[in-house]
Amino acid sequence: MLNQFGITFLDLIGFVILFPLAGTIINGFLGKRLSKSIVGYVGCAAIGLSFIVALFVLLDLLKLSPEHRVFEKEYFTWIGSGAFRAIAGLQVDPLSVVMILVVTGVGFLIHVYSIGYMHEDKSFYRYFTYLNLFTFSMLILVLANNFLLMFIGWEGVGLCSYLLIGFWFEKKSASAAGMKAFIVNRVGDFGFILAILLIFVTFGTIDFTEVFHAAPEHLQIGSIVAATITLLLFVGAVGKSAQIPLYTWLPDAMEGPTPVSALIHAATMVTAGVYMVVRCNVLYTLSPFTMTVVAVIGGATALFAASIGLVQNDIKRVLAYSTVSQIGYMFLACGLGGFITGVFHLVTHAFFKALLFLGSGSVIHGLGGEQDMRKMGALKKYMPITYITFFIGTLAIAGIPPFAGFFSKDEILLEAYTKGSLFFWGLGAIAALLTAFYMFRLLFMTFHGKSKMTKRVEEHVHESPNSILFPLIVLAVLSVLGGFLGFPTLSVINEFLAPVIGAGHHGLAHGGESHHVSSNLMFSMMGISTGIAIVGIVVAYVMYISRPELPGVIAKRFKGIYNIILNKYFVDEIYDATFVKPTLRASNILWKVVDVKIIDGFVNAVGRLTVLKSEVLRLFQTGLVRNYAFSIMLGGIIIIICSILFL
Amino acid sequence: MEVPLTWYLVLSGILFSIGAVGVLINRNALVIFMCIELMLNAVNLAFVTFSRQQNSMDGQIFVFFIMTVAAAEAVVGLAIIIALFRNKATINVDDINIMKW
Repeated sequence: MLNQFGITFLDLIGFVILFPLAGTIINGFLGKRLSKSIVGYVGCAAIGLSFIVALFVLLDLLKLSPEHRVFEKEYFTWIGSGAFRAIAGLQVDPLSVVMILVVTGVGFLIHVYSIGYMHEDKSFYRYFTYLNLFTFSMLILVLANNFLLMFIGWEGVGLCSYLLIGFWFEKKSASAAGMKAFIVNRVGDFGFILAILLIFVTFGTIDFTEVFHAAPEHLQIGSIVAATITLLLFVGAVGKSAQIPLYTWLPDAMEGPTPVSALIHAATMVTAGVYMVVRCNVLYTLSPFTMTVVAVIGGATALFAASIGLVQNDIKRVLAYSTVSQIGYMFLACGLGGFITGVFHLVTHAFFKALLFLGSGSVIHGLGGEQDMRKMGALKKYMPITYITFFIGTLAIAGIPPFAGFFSKDEILLEAYTKGSLFFWGLGAIAALLTAFYMFRLLFMTFHGKSKMTKRVEEHVHESPNSILFPLIVLAVLSVLGGFLGFPTLSVINEFLAPVIGAGHHGLAHGGESHHVSSNLMFSMMGISTGIAIVGIVVAYVMYISRPELPGVIAKRFKGIYNIILNKYFVDEIYDATFVKPTLRASNILWKVVDVKIIDGFVNAVGRLTVLKSEVLRLFQTGLVRNYAFSIMLGGIIIIICSILFL
Repeated sequence: MEVPLTWYLVLSGILFSIGAVGVLINRNALVIFMCIELMLNAVNLAFVTFSRQQNSMDGQIFVFFIMTVAAAEAVVGLAIIIALFRNKATINVDDINIMKW
């Protein structure tokens, strides 16, 4: 099917990743000498051009018939060693196209936003270099045609995440958060590497197409190998996508600049785990056990993180926990076999969460860096556009029809109900209730009520510049319309993504994505989930608008629980006590005893011995020529005597 | 009357010993230097003697080489001695012990 049409945009897929790379190189090497506006243009143009190419790729892909919508562009043999071959290539199929469109589309808006947001920063070019590099890595991740190349992208985004979280490295908390993200992600990456090795051992190849083609014949459903591979892969996904138990890095990652939080820690990178699970859906469906694990972890995370979000006071932290929770939803969907639903929620989530983060960034920008919601309030009249767009985002995430989040979340709940059980549905439903509550709590505390700003801040409050408002408006529109991609019964995205799911295996029990759900059930589910959202909103309204004294009273009455949740269930402290402290202590012992005393001691002993020996030997070096001459002569005489005597 | 070869060799040995002892007991760098030349020429004498005994030219060729090297060595050696004298105002080798630890 290749090249029937001569050169198509599919052949030019490489440009999608080349543009951001070019942006990185230009800004990285010349950025210091270029003016800020040029740096900004280069950064945005790189992503914008990439987005345009991605659009044409989509159009070309749509020209093909659905079952032929897989295109692989192989560039060169990257590693060829014995039986191991890794061919560097890009794979275009509906899934990767959806991902590159999200990454470049949302990424472009966030780049534009960054021009306004980061304008004061002295490391403006460094910021755009990192951001372009991130986009490049992310595109490699989603376009890779084999596991190893995907892993390169995986590590690349991890690196950029680290660099950007610690972007303001003069601040100790920021550099610490960067390191935390990096180290926690190592745990997950370790699982990913093991999974890749196991895949190679099992299948003798790491190419996606070949592995997924061979998997159903190679592995039996429920076999231990299938379970091990998928569980290890899932460990990687848990790390990258901040799920229980490795979610702790994401809230701390909010130390980075807000657009970074929007791009990396909401819209794209953290959803890489979901993408990976969906990409490997063939393997996952072979292991029902893993699927259950994925669903349970996803559901539990959705609920757990949402509950923490209830009481946080930092505007970005609320959003961070919300992100963790929403990704939990995606995993819940995937775990129940609704891979497409997971991707659908990924897409809508990218729209509204990026919007929310950028909106919060606009607020923080307007308030001169204030992030504590208790010191905000009544911003509605100061920042009307930010308010409206933020309100739309909030409605979307809360699941109010017809906004984007409603369709995807509703579909997940439906999935949970039909394919899972009441248990999963309950997890999702309660999390949805909490989501609606904490998001409206955030909205009310920030934009409504009485102003709690300090005088100095209040004088300076201003609506953000156009470069900030433009992305907000575009994302708000997407948050309104995005959900119609997956409109029930005529879901565009379902149809588009269907070939990706279960490709290569024939007639699996619950293969395919066709919903045979009665419309009665569907509408009642819609009604219920809307009702849940409205309950959450009303409760938030009562607590934060009509009776603002209530939260304090409740907090006092349930002091124990409140404190536990406020302190995030002390998970950080528990990790600190069980992993960090012992590691530090062990490292201290290794450093001060093993390294300093034993290893250094040994090396020093050798040195000291040499010195001692030399102290004696140097006495022979008198520096007097006659002594040396005498030694030479003596030596000569001895040699002569010896040769006479013994030869 | 033919002078026996042994005599030449004995003379060569005596010259070499005088040179060697001279190197060891003298303190004047110049004299040591001359003693070294004496040793070299003692060896030359031995070479020529053997060359004649063996009826071969090899030894004589060696002598040419040794004389060339000795000349070159004389240049370098004298230059060192002059440089030393300029710096230290002495050529007494016992006073020159900077080449030690």
